[in-house]
Amino acid sequence: MQLAMWTYEGPPHVGAMRIATAMEGLHYVLHAPQGDTYADLLFTMIERDTQRPPVTYTTFQARDLGSDTAEIFKQSARDAYERFKPEALLVGASCTAELIQDDPGGLARTLGLPVPVIPVDLPSYQKKENWGAAETLNQLVRAFAVRSDKPVSRLSCNLLGPTALGFRHRDDVTELTNLLGAMGIEVNMVAPLGASPADLARLPEAAFNVVMYPETAGATAQYLKRRFDMPFTTTVPIGVGATRKFIREVADLAGVDPDPLLATELSRLPWYSRSVDSNYLTGKRVFIFADATHAIAAAHIARDELGFKVVGLGTYTRELAREVRQEAESFGLEALITDDHLEVEDAIQAVQPELVLGTQMERHIAKRFGIGCAVISAPMHVQDFPARYSPQMGFEGANVIFDSWVHPLTMGLEEHLLGMFRDDFEFSDEVAPSHLAAEGETRTTSIGTAATAAAADAASWAPDAEKELKKIPFFVRGKARRNTESYAAELGLATITLETLYDAKAHFSR
Amino acid sequence: MNVFNRTAPASPTATDATDMPVLRQRGQREVFCGLTGIVWLHRKIQDAFFLVVGSRTCAHLMQSAAGVMIFAEPRFATAIIDDRDLAGLADANEELDRIVARLLARRPDIKMLFLVGSCPSEVIKLDLSKAAERLSKAFSPDVRILNYSGSGIETTFTQGEDACLAAMVPDCGDPDPAADDRLLVVGTLADMVEDQFVRLLNAMGIDKVDFLPPRNSREIPAIGPGTRFLLAQPFLTETARLLEQRGCTYLPAPFPLGSEGTTGWLKAAAGAWNVDDGVFDRVTQPGRQRAAKAVSLYKQHLAGKRLFLFPDSQLEPLMARFLSREAGMKLVEVGTPYLHRQHLAAELAMLPPGTMLSEGQDVDKQLDRCHAEKPDLVVCGLGLANPLEAEGYATKWSIELVFTPVQGYEQAGDLAELFARPLTRRQRLKV
Repeated sequence: MQLAMWTYEGPPHVGAMRIATAMEGLHYVLHAPQGDTYADLLFTMIERDTQRPPVTYTTFQARDLGSDTAEIFKQSARDAYERFKPEALLVGASCTAELIQDDPGGLARTLGLPVPVIPVDLPSYQKKENWGAAETLNQLVRAFAVRSDKPVSRLSCNLLGPTALGFRHRDDVTELTNLLGAMGIEVNMVAPLGASPADLARLPEAAFNVVMYPETAGATAQYLKRRFDMPFTTTVPIGVGATRKFIREVADLAGVDPDPLLATELSRLPWYSRSVDSNYLTGKRVFIFADATHAIAAAHIARDELGFKVVGLGTYTRELAREVRQEAESFGLEALITDDHLEVEDAIQAVQPELVLGTQMERHIAKRFGIGCAVISAPMHVQDFPARYSPQMGFEGANVIFDSWVHPLTMGLEEHLLGMFRDDFEFSDEVAPSHLAAEGETRTTSIGTAATAAAADAASWAPDAEKELKKIPFFVRGKARRNTESYAAELGLATITLETLYDAKAHFSR
Repeated sequence: MNVFNRTAPASPTATDATDMPVLRQRGQREVFCGLTGIVWLHRKIQDAFFLVVGSRTCAHLMQSAAGVMIFAEPRFATAIIDDRDLAGLADANEELDRIVARLLARRPDIKMLFLVGSCPSEVIKLDLSKAAERLSKAFSPDVRILNYSGSGIETTFTQGEDACLAAMVPDCGDPDPAADDRLLVVGTLADMVEDQFVRLLNAMGIDKVDFLPPRNSREIPAIGPGTRFLLAQPFLTETARLLEQRGCTYLPAPFPLGSEGTTGWLKAAAGAWNVDDGVFDRVTQPGRQRAAKAVSLYKQHLAGKRLFLFPDSQLEPLMARFLSREAGMKLVEVGTPYLHRQHLAAELAMLPPGTMLSEGQDVDKQLDRCHAEKPDLVVCGLGLANPLEAEGYATKWSIELVFTPVQGYEQAGDLAELFARPLTRRQRLKV
């Protein structure tokens, strides 16, 4: 048993729902008790879908357990086929139905439905949402993709991985389609988003696959390589550097010249990062926790494209833990691999970052600590499905990332003014930067006080030192207090004087 | 409407309304399970923690239903069963003990812990009552440990509160003889609403009023043969049964939604305490007047509009009664997950004759009926609301009814406003 206050991923059948909901002409019959229909609201409320997910739940009850839950499943499958007339039926079990072992796949086959039935066995007590999505896509592609006897153009590819309820997946598809179009490469098929089972049959009509999100598309891309000898991309084009690398990789696969596209600067990020105001971004300490794809991409952008210092890197994607560990090592860090948000909270508190890049959960943690945060990955909330076009991939994605990561920080000129007027009544601790008014109001704990509590039995502060500490802008005061206290502890000092404060400042200056 | 398989229609009148024909269907239910009650119960009982013993699905449901976590460390969590527990590699009871110990060490403020059963824990027959007993001994007297089931195979949405309160009844002490003659109000109400009711009841001379659930675990009321109880919520079947078993007297009443319901509810208590009619009228008159005035502001938007209620919280018959009688709405269909005819007797008697009631759900067939009837306002769960809005229907999420203070005279206007808002919003929007 594992204690969970909050989970980064849902159960694997929710992953299957993300595939079914992304596709056309597919219906999912899920053997599940009453209550499991909650998953519908993820799509209708968080993503604001205008249609219910194409899912029929059998809704068995305790009194059915003694009699015939299998018959309930068969009736639901028959009714779902009659009502929705899908091209294919996906069948499976949620966690409770897995325990009663009715074998939805076997039952559905006995019905003699006139459409293909694809069973997906998703072990609920071992695996999670992203694995469920990857496995479902893989099973569907295995069932439907067929070798093409048409001539395959080198200038054609598939985009693999975008699902329903994905972080900016729809916009990423548009951005990549445009980017590939600029190189003369046609998108044969996007899967699963918008694809029907019949469309999946045509996947081998492209020359190669673009793996947009390894979490959901990795297994499928490997299958297509083994079965149909289709190569796939390994660079996820998030960030300017990664996008350029992606262009070269794709150009190589398609046999085109990448230089004309690389010669034009299509993102504002490089100039914005070099402009004067961005000097204040230098060395900002940033903590990153996300799915593996977005965590790795964020680390590179943070260090190489914004000049931040990455002080923490982690993921809840255990399937790609090895990749994240390697990346973290190259940053001189030990990766945090966990799905316990309390561990993430402890890690954030320990390194005291100035910016957190994370999921909806890290947004809550950062809010409690009064630290700026940008959401970079699922799981996310309704506000992370913006009305405007806001991809993460490609050059426009880099523009979006610049804006959304810099926004939560105290901006250059504003930081300067805060320092200059820190004794002014409008610049006191209680007044958050104007553009963060909403966040500031809900600030409850600051790292400063949390750290103080922990160090209560350490050195005490002399009144003049304490007074001086208060002159330090509140958003760096916690760090100053902690550094000074650890410096004093190191030297075994009983009292922190004005001298100690400035000695510590010199000691820790970067 | 070819999907009807109604029994032969009786001709319901106000007096035999409990014999109203009811459409019962079985199929996909678009409702939450009883675990969801934790979302409001943990806000109400402020030193209680709810530990669901279940699957990742349960944990995911809880955070989704709770609006993706408003509180960074809430007073609920899930002990997620994994394949080691199922394969017998780990002793589930030892695992649970370990998790409870870790949890309580982290949260010394917790004085009452509920172990909440789920579909998986019920199916694998994990005995949580034994676990609660064992753990109670280990953590006595600091923490009281109780258990109930919120599983979807046994409970629908608000029935989880019934199961929780029923689990607390054995913990209600015996009153000393001097504490005789108490009124117990059963069912979660907002603190503010409770205070309003206490003021009204005190003004009538009913001095000793207790609430279940209490605001914290040390205030669990004592009960005994001198206790008379009013239900504040319509979904408390098992709790009421256990209270009657302890000798408490049930006071039949409508539920305190709207002015009429509130008056009837207070009147049931007044009758039991022989409160003079003149006193009752004097005490309730200002509230009744304010409620009538507040509701009248919204009546213009609601009167004559046709209402379709999908089953969700079991509050549907009450809403239907309030909206038809006080706001002039026309009832197309009143769905409820479960219809307790005895507790709802007063409510059903007030519904217009011929009201179409449905119990249980086959969601696709019910949507067919909704489409055929084209109502002006649909009350439904969150899974259906946006798809129906996209088709052009105005909707009200029924979950707001259990999260918002809507009972009593002072909230009657707020209640009407909840239903008027989707309609007036559509008038405002020009896009």
